[in-house]
Amino acid sequence: MRGRALPYLLVAPAVIFLTVLFFVPLVQTIALAFQTSNGTGFGNFVRMADDLNFHDAVVNTFRFVGLAVPLQLAAAMGMAMMLRHLGRGRDMVLWIWTIPLGLSDLAAGLIWLAMLNDRGYLASLLFHLGLVAEPQSWLTYETPIALFVAVVIAEFWRATAIVVVILVAGLQLVPKEYAEAASVFGASPWRIFTRITLPLMKPSIQSALILRTVLAFEAFAVVIAIGGRNFPVLVSEAYNWQNFNQEPAVAAAYAVVVMVLSLVATVVWLRVLRTPEEQRA
Amino acid sequence: MTGRRALYLAGVVAICAWVLVPMWLLAANALGGQPVIAAWPKPWIPLSISFATLAEFLAIEGVFRAMLIGFEVAVLCTLFSVALGLPAGYALARYSFRGANAFRLMVLLTRAFPVGILALPLTVGFIRLGLYDTPLGIALMHTALALPFAVLVSASLFQAIPRELEEAAWVFGCSPFQAAWRVVMPLALPGVSAVAIFAFVISWNEVFAASVLSARNRTLTAYLLAMLSESPLSYQFAGGLLLIVPSVLFIFLVRRHLFAMWGIASR
Repeated sequence: MRGRALPYLLVAPAVIFLTVLFFVPLVQTIALAFQTSNGTGFGNFVRMADDLNFHDAVVNTFRFVGLAVPLQLAAAMGMAMMLRHLGRGRDMVLWIWTIPLGLSDLAAGLIWLAMLNDRGYLASLLFHLGLVAEPQSWLTYETPIALFVAVVIAEFWRATAIVVVILVAGLQLVPKEYAEAASVFGASPWRIFTRITLPLMKPSIQSALILRTVLAFEAFAVVIAIGGRNFPVLVSEAYNWQNFNQEPAVAAAYAVVVMVLSLVATVVWLRVLRTPEEQRA
Repeated sequence: MTGRRALYLAGVVAICAWVLVPMWLLAANALGGQPVIAAWPKPWIPLSISFATLAEFLAIEGVFRAMLIGFEVAVLCTLFSVALGLPAGYALARYSFRGANAFRLMVLLTRAFPVGILALPLTVGFIRLGLYDTPLGIALMHTALALPFAVLVSASLFQAIPRELEEAAWVFGCSPFQAAWRVVMPLALPGVSAVAIFAFVISWNEVFAASVLSARNRTLTAYLLAMLSESPLSYQFAGGLLLIVPSVLFIFLVRRHLFAMWGIASR
């Protein structure tokens, strides 16, 4: 009897913990978002949508996710393929390439603030090349495109590393024989990559995309470090409503929007990149 | 060496530089202080290095304390994640029981959600329970982030250790607990320490929940975020450097396990 109860005893603490600190707050967030002074309704969502920053926050978030995530995937794929041809020093290179995955997005934001502020290293480099004469202020509300690019660069710099790790781990599971066979039959490297390697890596591409999309919708500190309040995104607005406006219900409405977006993105990636049972390695 | 090979190696080196140079330049800014930050144009090689800014920054009321609190939160989060995650992972690896798949799904489900945001409604309950603005409260929230990872990774760690070893220990008279503790744990230890370090880094780096759940007892990330708008760049960069150093060290320690862990956790 004791033997049968044992697995449940072992799992129980984790289940209880996740119930109390994941499922309960999840339900609470939703409840709070729909709670208004006169019962339940969409009042908080209306207030959220009526706010001046809401439109910008939505547009910025989507642009950010839409640009940063594909860039990360493409670069990480290239880096993973490059690593395959590296002999000596592979471990060292791999370690260097993956350092940023251990950094906070706040730290990444500050690093790129040092690079890109008006007297930063990029401006200095352009000066040395004779392209600009004075310090350049790029990160203000007057230069929205430069600000957007700066935020994407910082996120790209930091979070590509984790995609590299996931893809390299996935690449190790792909048998080399398929590619060798294709090359015997005269397929070009590019054809082997698109027709064999890429399809076989679908599961790891899928999990990388899910992870990165969910986290990119949640981006926050990197945006504040570089742009202050000049580049509102959904989560930074949630933070402002909670901390500065003291309106937790509107903050919760933002949280619900972010949750729905994350969930939709996850479902989309699960569907689009589904690997049929018989194709699994 | 052919031209293509040279081009390829140049690419590898360029990516290394792309990662390392920005970090080095932040360090140069943090250690050079105001003179370096205000310099225009910046010299090609940042020269003046002193620890004056860093020392000045550390002397500001609260910075050192924020570091300590951040450290405390991260250690607590590590302890909780390991203490709750290892048994659950062990159960998943060794027993087939009804509900195992449901549990696995529950753990995976947490990854489809932005968990940090769930700190928003927790403030009210935490105030009532006296957990608001305490390291323990933040650590509990961070454990919700790190635990799913700990469960999945430790499950596959234990799966990789042959069952026969444990059964042999039973034959020699060990209780199941003794067998797990004396035989399995030593073998799993390197992997377990990697899980622990990762939990630490997740907590140390987390900004949103830590900011929402604290007011005066802030972690280093929450402290930095709160002072971003009102402090000079030199302090911001010094804070960034302080934030980076432990993470880089810890990731260096787990580098060998990175791929095993992420290969597993992302499946």
